[in-house]
Amino acid sequence: MRVGPHHGITRRGLLQASLAGTFAAGAAAAEKSKVVIARDPALRGAGGSADSSRVLKMLDRAMQSFYDTDSPIDAWKKVARPGEVVGLKVNCLSGKGAATNTVLVEAICERLQQAGIPQKDIVIWDRLNSDLESAGYRVVSRPDRIRYIGNDTAGYDNELTVNGSAGSLLSNTLVHTCDAVINLPVLKDHGIVGVTLALKNLFGAIHNPNKYHTNAGDPYVADVNMFPAIRQKVRLTICDALTAQYEGGPSYMPQWSWSYNGLIVARDPVALDYTGWQILERKRAEKGMKPLRELHREPLYIATAADARHRLGTNDPNLIGVVEV
Amino acid sequence: MDRRAFVQLLALPAVAARAADADARFTVEARFYEKLPYKKIKCKLCPRECVIDDRERGYCGVRENRGGTYYSLVYARVCAAHVDPIEKKPLFHFLPGSMAFSVATAGCNVNCKMCQNWDISQVRPEQVNSTYIPPKDLAALSRQNQCPSIAYTYSEPVVFSEYVLDSAAAGRAVGVKSVVISGGYIQEEPLKQLCARVDAIKIDLKAFSDKFYKEVVNGELKPVLNTLATIRKQGTWHEVVYLVIPTLNDSDEEFRGLARWIKSELGPDVPLHFSRFHPEYLLKNLPPTPLPTLERAKAICDAEGLHYVYIGNVPGHPAESTWCPQCRRVVVERAGFTVRAVHLDGGKCRFCQQVIPGIWDGARI
Repeated sequence: MRVGPHHGITRRGLLQASLAGTFAAGAAAAEKSKVVIARDPALRGAGGSADSSRVLKMLDRAMQSFYDTDSPIDAWKKVARPGEVVGLKVNCLSGKGAATNTVLVEAICERLQQAGIPQKDIVIWDRLNSDLESAGYRVVSRPDRIRYIGNDTAGYDNELTVNGSAGSLLSNTLVHTCDAVINLPVLKDHGIVGVTLALKNLFGAIHNPNKYHTNAGDPYVADVNMFPAIRQKVRLTICDALTAQYEGGPSYMPQWSWSYNGLIVARDPVALDYTGWQILERKRAEKGMKPLRELHREPLYIATAADARHRLGTNDPNLIGVVEV
Repeated sequence: MDRRAFVQLLALPAVAARAADADARFTVEARFYEKLPYKKIKCKLCPRECVIDDRERGYCGVRENRGGTYYSLVYARVCAAHVDPIEKKPLFHFLPGSMAFSVATAGCNVNCKMCQNWDISQVRPEQVNSTYIPPKDLAALSRQNQCPSIAYTYSEPVVFSEYVLDSAAAGRAVGVKSVVISGGYIQEEPLKQLCARVDAIKIDLKAFSDKFYKEVVNGELKPVLNTLATIRKQGTWHEVVYLVIPTLNDSDEEFRGLARWIKSELGPDVPLHFSRFHPEYLLKNLPPTPLPTLERAKAICDAEGLHYVYIGNVPGHPAESTWCPQCRRVVVERAGFTVRAVHLDGGKCRFCQQVIPGIWDGARI
């Protein structure tokens, strides 16, 4: 585990871990959840938009590192197989400024096709058609091309899925269309639940997300992520950190956004969320803002997702291996 | 009632969900909210006081912030409509034997794990088929179907308050009364406006414990008790229903606490209905309420001095009927939702002239 300003552990955390006596022996023995952070300081062109070729290269770097391979295509072949329908769960609620970037999605689609997934087996999806369109995606459904579809068109499964405190109807796209899902949240804070990253992005798969924001989303976010269709189908999370936001989310607030110019890749959604949360907290501190705990919106659901009942991943910085590329 | 019967009843075109979502007729500016910086709003309709970002919705799922203005998305957006006996609400001291034209929109501001109408209460309006029934049409339909009252029910009328207020006014103008069937989770100002427009309110008091409200309802007890106290002060006729759920809200202590509070704060004449639970939604693991439990609840409340304690969802039980608290004879005989006989004269027991509070034959007694 590396320690530095861009990682999920703070100096205080390191000190506490050492005092607890868990750092050396325990951390070394346990297999760590890998979180890859790829960044490119020269990502943007003169106009400020992300350069598509640089985004692709950065994506390749992240995937190669995560899957420990020299070939981006080989990396993508570990995510999905030909014959599977792959859904990309984007985050478009806030419109173009704070949505999953179309350039990133195009890059992912390109690599998926090169890995043997035809266009017709790629589905870009979110809650509403109008959200997708506001984020720059064109909602179309042609049998031979990449599909873009909102749950308002696809509908929801008839059967209620229940876990803990959560009971929801799941998107038909998730349940009946996709074999595999790549989760594409955006690195941003959330005005009620603290942060909205890998775990929270799956609220876009249920029919009643409004019911699960009380108590800062705890334990609901964790309970929703226990739904079998989500646990079994989400293969990977690539957090869009090209433009990140540390305050005012989920709405797009340009005054509180910054060009992080990065991607965060993980299979462990809890580790990714913990890492992303720490990045946002550090930015908030840099800007003189209070930590989320003091604003009563600490994302406690992250710890709940890691607890013995859920075991969706780890939020222990000693067990998270952050790799920067 | 299936969709075909619904359409035939209304003789109005049904609107597919997708088209309805785009229909601006259902969208009106909300009446109870305040604007905040950065295009946020704070809803002031219910105690949740949701603070909502632009493009987001409140907990209820049927109100949306659009560019800093808050909108109801369910104005006249009826997703359920039936002609029901008034006893089904249940309202036992309100026009007995009459029919109520009963309507609902999608949405609710709580999430009761035992909700029997979750397929409309826990969804967004675009997730159910709806029909546009503006207030005047609703009043007219009520009259056409020989219903002396409109009942706003099934889901949670608080979340479609604008529609209730306007429809109640339209109904009153043509001699149709309005009744609200609600969980009572509402702020005082909108509640007072409702009280001024409607003729009766039945409150579902889910339990008499904070713990239940937190864990099973995702709400709060105190605001509902405040609602009942306010309704009483406003002079609107009201009745209380308590759905008894085995192991969760069926203790003697709770029943006793409930009875004492009602007697103290609302008076002994408020009808209290103990209703039988049936497994549903997120509480399918519990059994239906045993009859002895309901009878125990009634016995405790009777002993505490409440005059009109009923047992519901048990067709044929003697506690479905209204008994004069003075002479102990049946003054309204019921079997299920059917009223078999009424022994009241001008709101008084025919046998001993005891005043039986309620709204009988249109007049408030």
